Amino acid sequence: MADATHAGHAHHFDDALQQRDASTLGMWIFLVTEVMFFGGLFTAYVAYRALYPDAFAHASHHLDVTLGTFNTAVLITSSLTMALAVWSAETGRRGMLLLTLLLTAALGAVFLVVKGFEYAEKFSHHLVPGPSFHWPEAAEAPHVQLFYSLYFAMTGLHALHMVIGLGILTWLVLGARRGRFGPAYATPVQVSGLYWHFVDIVWIFLFPLLYLIGRH
Amino acid sequence: MEPERRVDYLNVDYGVRSWLLTTDHKRIAILYLVSITIMFVIGGLSAVAIRLELLTPAGDVFQADTYNKLFTMHGVMMIFFFLIPSIPAVLGNFLLPLMIGARDLAFPRLNLLSWYIFVVAGLLTLYAMITGGVDTGWTFYTPYSTAAATTKVIPVAVGVFINGFSSILTGLNFIVTIHTMRAPGLTWFRLPLFVWTHYATSIIMVLGTPVIAITVALLGLERGFHIGIFDPALGGDPVLFQHLFWFYSHPAVYIMILPSMGVISELVTCFARKKLYGYTVVAGASFGIAFLGFLVWGHHMFTSSQSVLSGMIFSFLSMAVAIPSAVKVFNWTATLYRGSIAWSAPMLYALGFIGLFTIGGLTGIMLASIGLDIHVHDTYFVVAHFHYIMVGGAIMGYLGGLHFWWPKMTGRMYPETLARIAGLIVFLGFNLTFFPQFVLGYLGMPRRYHAYPEEFQVLNVLSTAGASVLGVGYLLPLLYLTWSLRYGARAPANPWGAAGLEWQTTSPPPTENFATTPIVTRDAYDYHEAAAPVSEVLVRG
Repeated sequence: MADATHAGHAHHFDDALQQRDASTLGMWIFLVTEVMFFGGLFTAYVAYRALYPDAFAHASHHLDVTLGTFNTAVLITSSLTMALAVWSAETGRRGMLLLTLLLTAALGAVFLVVKGFEYAEKFSHHLVPGPSFHWPEAAEAPHVQLFYSLYFAMTGLHALHMVIGLGILTWLVLGARRGRFGPAYATPVQVSGLYWHFVDIVWIFLFPLLYLIGRH
Repeated sequence: MEPERRVDYLNVDYGVRSWLLTTDHKRIAILYLVSITIMFVIGGLSAVAIRLELLTPAGDVFQADTYNKLFTMHGVMMIFFFLIPSIPAVLGNFLLPLMIGARDLAFPRLNLLSWYIFVVAGLLTLYAMITGGVDTGWTFYTPYSTAAATTKVIPVAVGVFINGFSSILTGLNFIVTIHTMRAPGLTWFRLPLFVWTHYATSIIMVLGTPVIAITVALLGLERGFHIGIFDPALGGDPVLFQHLFWFYSHPAVYIMILPSMGVISELVTCFARKKLYGYTVVAGASFGIAFLGFLVWGHHMFTSSQSVLSGMIFSFLSMAVAIPSAVKVFNWTATLYRGSIAWSAPMLYALGFIGLFTIGGLTGIMLASIGLDIHVHDTYFVVAHFHYIMVGGAIMGYLGGLHFWWPKMTGRMYPETLARIAGLIVFLGFNLTFFPQFVLGYLGMPRRYHAYPEEFQVLNVLSTAGASVLGVGYLLPLLYLTWSLRYGARAPANPWGAAGLEWQTTSPPPTENFATTPIVTRDAYDYHEAAAPVSEVLVRG
């Protein structure tokens, strides 16, 4: 978000500190808009879960908890490597910065690949909403389909944010290779870190809501 | 003596690229001004078509389907592409950095991006409107919009979705700018109310717009891929759509009216030559409106399946919005009291705003009471009410502000007498258009029909006649403001003797706004020491 292309500050700011404050506040406000964006989906989920608890619980049993747990661990680890990347930038450890950024991106990619396998499995079991959707018990089929509509909308939107995050990480890696970031100019790494942690936190809510609740 | 040619933000470069790639908030404001004027004309022409059809009881000018598309076009264009961006994106963009003594907004490139997003969204929506149109109304209610309508719902929904990000980025930019870019000495309680109201508006933009974005996204998914969220046939619930839609679309009304209130505070103080009565309370009232605005959406759903208890809570909270709104009206009135009032054109708009907003607000209280609302639900009473807020309120404020800051934005004066006459024409035409609609609605004429029983004709003819007068009132500023760009007298830095920081720099301002960063030593609206020139806002190197 910052306008600077070097360690100084853009012309309309008085100094680098003002620019850093602006960028950080800007990212926090952006994350607030993201909370509201996902909030609409969570509201829909909560409303329908309360209306059709049994159908949602049955539908939830067909999600793969093992893969979901694995992916949760992958994402939490990626948050750790991202935090290390921010620390490396702030303390001027260039090699460490490059390494942790690459690790974060790799973990993000692993998450997406696993998610892709999960989606494929849903396709083969006719659990994707639409004409091919099939559920043995006709009475609760519409509400199970509702669950899967929300499942794909929520995890799909989350995956889209992961893809954008990978794009940002790539951009950071390119910058880190040229040695752009250091103690004097760590803002891009810091605000990207905020974004990455936010995307993780969304998953921390999605995982129990979709996979765990109703599983006894 | 020929004055030396001074470089300002307009004459610094005349190339097309210098406009399309600009990151100067003042130039982006001009880009927005041109774009939203085009949208206003399109929305206005569809209103003309609507009033033409309603001149006679029989549906004789347009077919019912065409009429549905016309009022949808009117609503979508005016709300999403004119009213919501109007004051923030044009006046706010131009003035916010000037008013706080900054060189630009915090994120200039993001600002330009938001204009491009607006243009892409506008073109997409226009394309859909021209190649087939939409007949759902601007509210896109499900399941009609997802299962039944055969018109171009998805392109328009995508247009509205994209446009939301323009609004979000503008709000984000404003909040960060107000927090981090204020000039030395410009403490929070020295800020002009224009800045305060834009802060409150930005909060609504940032918190509300993402919700409408996800809502229309789900609507698009349901329509395009049969993912059931709202359609009962697919397991969903259409009332959820209404909840999500109005969670944004009611606060959106405050996105339209709050910036206008900020303009009025500037105009009233300047042309009454007085400090604003109860500055802190008026500033706080903006946040009261923004906060309560998020808790009242259910008053659009009194006739849905919403429970009686939630209906009563929403009714009570909706009435509570009257409190901060009335605080503002009373404080403007108290500011006028014993003021040294100048009847300049911007002031006429401000006074018009206060009267019309009061009528719109009071009828809002009527509509907030469930019993009465169920009687007039979906009638012209509602149409009249929200036009008193959006046209009598928001557009009056926009026009008043546009006149007030025109000399600053363009470096030219507009013809004052003509502007006063135009202001009066707008006021008269507006009332003639919309007051009869209160009566029509109360008598039971429903909205969104192209034909009506004969006993309603007299009032409808009055309304259509008023619309013609109003049209003239809008055409005049379009003509003389354009004329003034070339033939208007050169504007001095501060033609009104106004106290704001934006008047301390030249008209039009240089690209960097201020030669040196101003240091503020006084409160806003310090008109009391009449002898003291406004330049006491010290400018130091």
